[in-house]
Amino acid sequence: MCTNRSVRKIVSLDDHIALACAGLKADARVLINRARIECQSHRLTVEDPVTVEYITRYIAGLQQKYTQSGGVRPFGLSTLIVGFDPYTGVPSLYQTDPSGTFSAWKANATGRNSNSMREFLEKNYKETSGHDTIKLAIRALLEVVESGGKNIEVATITKEHGLRQLEESEIDAIVAEIEAEKAAAEAAKKAPAAPKET
Amino acid sequence: MECVFGLVGNDFAIVAADSSAVHSILVHKSNEDKIMILDSHKLIAASGESGDRVQFTEYVQKNVALYQFRNGIPLTTAAAANFTRGELATALRKASIFVAVAIYNKALPCPGLYKGGITSLLVYCITHRTRDAALLISNPYFVNILLAGYDKETGPSLFYIDYIATLHKVDKGAFGYGSYFSLAMMDRHYKSGMTVEEAIDLVDKCIMEIRSRLVVAPPNFVIKIVDKDGAREYAWRESVKDAAVPSA
Repeated sequence: MCTNRSVRKIVSLDDHIALACAGLKADARVLINRARIECQSHRLTVEDPVTVEYITRYIAGLQQKYTQSGGVRPFGLSTLIVGFDPYTGVPSLYQTDPSGTFSAWKANATGRNSNSMREFLEKNYKETSGHDTIKLAIRALLEVVESGGKNIEVATITKEHGLRQLEESEIDAIVAEIEAEKAAAEAAKKAPAAPKET
Repeated sequence: MECVFGLVGNDFAIVAADSSAVHSILVHKSNEDKIMILDSHKLIAASGESGDRVQFTEYVQKNVALYQFRNGIPLTTAAAANFTRGELATALRKASIFVAVAIYNKALPCPGLYKGGITSLLVYCITHRTRDAALLISNPYFVNILLAGYDKETGPSLFYIDYIATLHKVDKGAFGYGSYFSLAMMDRHYKSGMTVEEAIDLVDKCIMEIRSRLVVAPPNFVIKIVDKDGAREYAWRESVKDAAVPSA
């Protein structure tokens, strides 16, 4: 009954930076708001957009501050921050956690069942682009999530167009593609065995 | 001597500003762009103290961008104009704390970091440096703004915002000494629903009038337009070109 797309886990912080989070959504709102202000403040004071590393360091610093003060509790969320360097155009992925540590990644997952997803990515990660990358991400998600566009949120960020959320129909189409590939792979496994049996 | 003027056409708004950066009798440069692109469909043409102008318009630009990220939709032109006016109005009656502290430090034999409230500080300033305190109480931004924008629902609009936080929605507006001439020309030739060609013709008439009748007329102008396709530079009207800086 919940309005489908009213709760987004993937948001844009600036034209070239996006954030996805896992954990307490209320804490996420506060952190995202502070990060958005910092993105604009950085642009105002140094006339330069933030780099992905800078804003990650800022968010991680904020998360750390709340582990070392009295009377506060840590932010209950981990974030994955993606974006492009404003000048070199090189894409990056960073992760932060409630302790305030951050690191750069080629591929990562966070939240519930993130370990199995990370394992899948370790086995199957290849530097791809466009449609293949989206398929890889959805294949990783399908390991742990009930399939269907209703349960998956996918967004891509490009240098030219910024953050774009995929429509439910697009996600369903890719999921169908993946399932078809899986079925074909299963059939291929069974087929060579069949002649041997007969 | 700074001239800024603008008008609304049938589905666009156009603003023109002079491009001289002047300090007393010296012209720093004559290709200064005083019309900032606030967001995809808004222009802010500002005239006044150049430090205040850049500081204030960039501040408005970043806050407009922040609103868009927070809410997923851009501000309307009217909302942006009201926000701008609000900031000017606030600055008008807020005491300048930094400057007041500087006075306080000068008066003390050993200056230090002041950690009090503004009331007691002002009382101190008033009792010890009455004249200075009175001069430094208010801190307006000395910037006059014409904010032009295009909204899908309401079409083009132009807002006149002066440095003491006056806000008017207008069809044509102008600031500076040039306004005596451009406003008169626009009053004579403006009609509502003009095409781009007619509007540019009127803008050129105003520029010609300013150039010929204003004693220290700025030589160059920049014209920017905003319509359903966005805000963009339309043309420069240059009668004096800055010499190109040779590369090292």
